[in-house]
Amino acid sequence: MKNRINQLFETKKENIFSVYFTAGFPNLNDTVQIIQELEKNGVDLIEIGIPFSDPTADGPTIQHSSEVALKNGISVKLLFEQLREIRKSVNIPLILMGYFNPVLQFGVEAFCAKCHEVGIDGTILPDLPLNEFEENYKDTFIKNNLHNILLITPQTSEKRIRQIDDASEGFIYMVSSSSTTGAGKKVEDFHHDYFERIQQMNLKKPRLIGFGISDNATFTNACNYANGAIIGSAFVKSFDKNVTIKKSISSFVTEILLPA
Amino acid sequence: MKYQVNEKGYYGEFGGAWIPEMMFTNIDELKSRYLEIIESDEFRKEFDQLMKDYVGRPSPLYYASRLSEHYGSGIYLKREDLNHTGSHKLNNTIGQILLAQKLGKTRIIAETGAGQHGVATATVCALKGIKCVVYMGALDVSRQAPNVKKMKMLGAEVIPVHSGNKTLKDATNEAMRDWINNPEDTHYIIGSVVGPHPYPDMVARFQSIISAEMKGQLKEQTGNKLPTRVLACVGGGSNAAGAFYHFLDDEQVELIGVEAAGKGVDTPETAATLTVGSPGVLHSSKTMLMQSEDGQITEPYSISAGLDYPGIGPLHAHLHKTGRAKFLSATDEEVLQAALLLTQKEGIIPALESAHALAALEKIKMNPDDINVINLSGSGNKDMETYLNYFGY
Repeated sequence: MKNRINQLFETKKENIFSVYFTAGFPNLNDTVQIIQELEKNGVDLIEIGIPFSDPTADGPTIQHSSEVALKNGISVKLLFEQLREIRKSVNIPLILMGYFNPVLQFGVEAFCAKCHEVGIDGTILPDLPLNEFEENYKDTFIKNNLHNILLITPQTSEKRIRQIDDASEGFIYMVSSSSTTGAGKKVEDFHHDYFERIQQMNLKKPRLIGFGISDNATFTNACNYANGAIIGSAFVKSFDKNVTIKKSISSFVTEILLPA
Repeated sequence: MKYQVNEKGYYGEFGGAWIPEMMFTNIDELKSRYLEIIESDEFRKEFDQLMKDYVGRPSPLYYASRLSEHYGSGIYLKREDLNHTGSHKLNNTIGQILLAQKLGKTRIIAETGAGQHGVATATVCALKGIKCVVYMGALDVSRQAPNVKKMKMLGAEVIPVHSGNKTLKDATNEAMRDWINNPEDTHYIIGSVVGPHPYPDMVARFQSIISAEMKGQLKEQTGNKLPTRVLACVGGGSNAAGAFYHFLDDEQVELIGVEAAGKGVDTPETAATLTVGSPGVLHSSKTMLMQSEDGQITEPYSISAGLDYPGIGPLHAHLHKTGRAKFLSATDEEVLQAALLLTQKEGIIPALESAHALAALEKIKMNPDDINVINLSGSGNKDMETYLNYFGY
């Protein structure tokens, strides 16, 4: 079967809306419902966050959701159990995103095999650098039809961007600015010269812009420079214990996609 | 050269640079330039001058006669406690501030646990007139108030970190986040032989002045530049790396690292990473870690805030794996007694961290003709409150 991430980028070229959430947050067993509701409301791609005790690339929102999720009892093993039947109800591509150590302890081969078994299409593992991936793990990922998606930042040199363009599968995760996640910027705070510079490089792989995208204005703006954008912290922050997950997701997605 | 880092940044299976892309440009710059800079004549000249006139080196190698008599074996103390700011930490921060200047950086960040590295960093920033921000776990801020005030007086901004357990690991996380957010003007002075390559090698090189001096001093005092064994405490492991460095290839010299057992290695309240840990990736390095089965880092405990870290430098993980060094551990109780013994036999109050190395003297077999060198990494001034409360003076 063709990887669902490739299918998505073949059929949709712009305004791709990707959402990140932390597995096990706000409640341990919300994972499946969150995925289902995001798809129902028109989200194109989902990044399921695997919590880690020491999320060094994340700001306060995802630090908090990770801490709560771990207290709730989430683990890689439990997450795979929660996702066991996800492909009976969900068709959009699903990506697991997290730090490398929990994956390493689960066993990289076992992790990739499990991803394949439950229908995960890709991974984003920010602290698994390109050289380590290519030397040690690439074959295992390919064998399991699993795309490993790589990041570029405003500091990434042109030479390295070309390397990453060759190596990243599915798409390139374009980090919007030099920051940890959840910076919640305004449109004018983004470095549009960087966005334009990358746009003019004519890269082979599609691009999604993430980090600091939090509302309709920043989402729409990012979509002007890439195939779409990713929202994480703003979505994680949107849960309210007085509102059902169904309602909360519907109003969040509506706000992002339709200007008030 | 068997125990040196290889061109990929590894010590055997440990080390590497497991960095997110956001840190790539800075780490790549460091990696490609650190050797050329620190081996240049200009750098060496300034480093050596500051070591002599500012830090007060060489630090004495002191024959502890009453302690030797007590143990029935020859014991020498390498007096890093007599350095400016009271520990070995300044060897590294002097090196890194000179490096940061050569790289054109104008802002320094650091993490600190007990505050010794924070003070050493704030000190060199004052010396060079560079802006300094120190991250410190909120719990450590309240436990180590005098060092916090010292850093502030030296002109540093101290930012309490409220995430996680509010100690050293969390301060390190926050310093890394700062660097991700400030990639252009900032250099991160890591305080130990941890973190991504080239930090473990770079910090070990700066600290290696300890064992370089030991060799010359031993030769002068005993006629033989090689001791029977060298003992040092290990948290991240920078003072041990420095004390072992020039003996690594002298295989006849026994190297002993001493970890913090806390309340015991069979209790959850310990920081003895090599005893209870397993390989994993934390703070951009593959090394031995205290972690759960699911790969979550567990919280360490030790009476000494400077050893309260759930990982260990990749060099030490490798020395442990290959058997080149032996690693023991000492409990809080054993450490306090060892500190009291040194105080009353020699009139030297050691740091709680350094007292771990002293406590190991109770655990090893020594012969009368042996030459045992203990790296006395820091002074006990910062620990007086703990000592006074415990002993009830």
